[in-house]
Amino acid sequence: MKRALFILLRNPLSVLGLTLVGLVVLAAVFADYVAPFPDHKGAVVDFLNFNKAPEWPYLFGTDLVGRDILSRILFAYRISLTLGVVVLALAVPVGVTVGLIAGYIGGRTEFVLMRLTDVFLSIPPLVLAMSMMGLLEPSLTNGMMAVTVMWWPWYARLVYNLTRSEREEGYVLAAEVIGASRLHVMFREILPNCVPSILTKMTIDFGFVILIASSLSFLGLGVQPPTPDLGSMVAEGAKYLPDSWWLTVFPGLAILVVVFGFNLIGDALREILGVEQ
Amino acid sequence: MKPLLQVIDVTKTFDAGGTPVRALDGVSFSVSAGECLAVVGESGSGKSTIANIVLGIYQPTSGALLFQDKELPDVRPLALKQAIQLVQQNPLSSLNPRRSVGASIRLALDVHAIGDRAGRKARVGELLEEVGLPADYASRSPAALSGGQRQRVAIARALACQSELLVLDEPTSALDVLVQARVLKLLADIRQARRLTYIFITHDLAVVRNIADRVAVFEKGRLVEIAPTADLFANPSHPYTRRLISAVPVTSRREAELRDRLQEPLDADL
Amino acid sequence: MTAPTLAIDDLRLGFRGWAGTVEVLHGISLHIAKGERVALVGESGSGKSVTARLVLGLVQELRGARFSGRMAFEGRDLGALSRREREALRGDRISMIFQDPTSSLNPVYTIDTLFHEVLRRGAPGIGAAEAREKAIAALADVAITDPERVLRSYAFQLSGGMNQRVLIAMALANNPALLLADEPGTALDVTVQAQTLALMQSLVARHGTSMLFISHNLGVVREFADRVYVIYKGRIVEQGPTEGLFEAPLHPYTRALMAAVPRITGEGIPEIDEEQTGFYDPLVAHPGYSEAELRP
Repeated sequence: MKRALFILLRNPLSVLGLTLVGLVVLAAVFADYVAPFPDHKGAVVDFLNFNKAPEWPYLFGTDLVGRDILSRILFAYRISLTLGVVVLALAVPVGVTVGLIAGYIGGRTEFVLMRLTDVFLSIPPLVLAMSMMGLLEPSLTNGMMAVTVMWWPWYARLVYNLTRSEREEGYVLAAEVIGASRLHVMFREILPNCVPSILTKMTIDFGFVILIASSLSFLGLGVQPPTPDLGSMVAEGAKYLPDSWWLTVFPGLAILVVVFGFNLIGDALREILGVEQ
Repeated sequence: MKPLLQVIDVTKTFDAGGTPVRALDGVSFSVSAGECLAVVGESGSGKSTIANIVLGIYQPTSGALLFQDKELPDVRPLALKQAIQLVQQNPLSSLNPRRSVGASIRLALDVHAIGDRAGRKARVGELLEEVGLPADYASRSPAALSGGQRQRVAIARALACQSELLVLDEPTSALDVLVQARVLKLLADIRQARRLTYIFITHDLAVVRNIADRVAVFEKGRLVEIAPTADLFANPSHPYTRRLISAVPVTSRREAELRDRLQEPLDADL
Repeated sequence: MTAPTLAIDDLRLGFRGWAGTVEVLHGISLHIAKGERVALVGESGSGKSVTARLVLGLVQELRGARFSGRMAFEGRDLGALSRREREALRGDRISMIFQDPTSSLNPVYTIDTLFHEVLRRGAPGIGAAEAREKAIAALADVAITDPERVLRSYAFQLSGGMNQRVLIAMALANNPALLLADEPGTALDVTVQAQTLALMQSLVARHGTSMLFISHNLGVVREFADRVYVIYKGRIVEQGPTEGLFEAPLHPYTRALMAAVPRITGEGIPEIDEEQTGFYDPLVAHPGYSEAELRP
């Protein structure tokens, strides 16, 4: 614990990452109290103050129907973070299990599982998500499903490679010689040794899941109006560049901040947990 | 002495990119109950293959293994896994870094249903004490132990199975000299106390001289000589054995004299 | 009297980490006279390898390293050299052999290319043909019968023993004044180890190379060194001539080591006390072998 703090505080970038993500999470959780105009998250119209450049009390300006952009960003964060949690909560267990089984059992099972993984990995993620959304109707839930489907193979690949190398370790041999079951060896012996790498990847991925989800809604395939979403805000504002620059720049920066923050934390975590690259 | 394990004409070939490589070539020997047989050789001698075959990790290509006069099946039931256990060379890798020492030992008790649930915790403590560690080390992580202490834990784990035969695969090669001496002493004491049988695999002839009853010398997958330890060192009959002994870096004048005496006929060969 | 090839005085080293500073060397002094083979023997964590790395200047730049003391190579203060000067010494006047021969050779290049690189450190303008000729001669010196084939090969195509020989040939190719060998041959089989050590012994004798031999293997040290320093937890505890030190160790730690090492004459497994009394006793030098007596 002391060592973790030492490594964390030694590097100003880790402190920055932690601060950024901390602020984002706090703001998202307490958006109802922090946002200057909490009711602007919905379908509110205020034509007196529409399309305003940043000025008090609209720090980030207002959008085309007069809603405070800062408030909408805070609520959009709430949705992005939820989406990140749900996607990873679904994709990681699936990917980890597939990777463990393929890496440990080997043989035919390995072949089938890893080729399946390869198929998913070979399709460009956005194309996969877009074609899925083409079949289903665009909504937050379907967006999460689409991102989940394209995300698990990365964990399968990661855990597969880790398992392949852990399998050669003496403690696996020891458990096998004792007569432990395959399930025990996979989930109680090997998996705990993969956790640091998985956690590190999850932290970095959190930012990227948000990024991809934003890309989907940028294309109109994710969260639907009037629910605030960083991607759709950027998309909407892009039509009015460069005059109404605040419509795109602030949501865009908001995405950057969260992705960057999670990346920095991921790097710090990698060092703390001693994960090799 | 009744043989505990008989290895009968065992051959093992591996497929190395299309060309079969013979790791063991018609090897036969037996291990008596209660003895310590050293298996000696250099890399590529087949000594590790022997260990893996005895443990059932590899299947012999041909030949058979008899344990207590019964042939060992390809897929071993739990009872046979319990009877033959292993101590590996590298205590750094042989203990799971993410599990406590106690959990590693306890696994053996759980798998073989030794004792009831409450009794197992106490049993782990007893095993640790048997290998010279305090019982409360059970809660420690392997990272908090020294190399020698980790090797003791690995020994305790093997003992937990209540096996009859222990395969010791270079158990002290990764240890410092002082620690090695203590672990060797521990292994010798345990063998006596528990009437265990050891197959001691090593490249270190000086260790062999002091712990084994008999020595089997392997060269390129063949068993070239097997003899009681004192005889083998006093009068090695195979030139390879002689070459091995005379290559040992020794630490005293007495040993150097012994070695030089063995070297003379070797020079005469050339 | 010429200056010793290597003289180290009161060398201290610590690393600052999250739990405060960890002292690795507590002020060690040693020297190697010209043409002398000196062993630094100790167990893992004694600080023996880090000493060699300090001499090569590989530790100084590490994060958190703090060291003090004086290291002089042929009378030149190593601490006063610029980084470039120190790098120029490495691989030319001072060379090193590491424990694992195969991983010490870059698998991407043929031995030929690697050898050329080494020779260029000694003679920057050397051409490929001339380098090849020198390399063949150097490989023949280490009893490699078909140097041409070895030069065409990559390290992974050769056996461990062959790679070790290649490394020895490379280490001596520029005729260094000092050779540092860190556990040479430990990764090799005993018979191969014996051959390579014998080979190295005769070569350094012929070249008049001074040598610092770092090892935990007492037997290897006894065969190889003229003089021995025993190091325990960052302190030199005993120094003396090889034969004298092995037959009559003086320091409690060395005595414990000698008692613990298994012998092929079969003296049984010794009882080693769990308690390690006297291991921190001050340095004992054999008569006539203290630093003061050997270094006028």
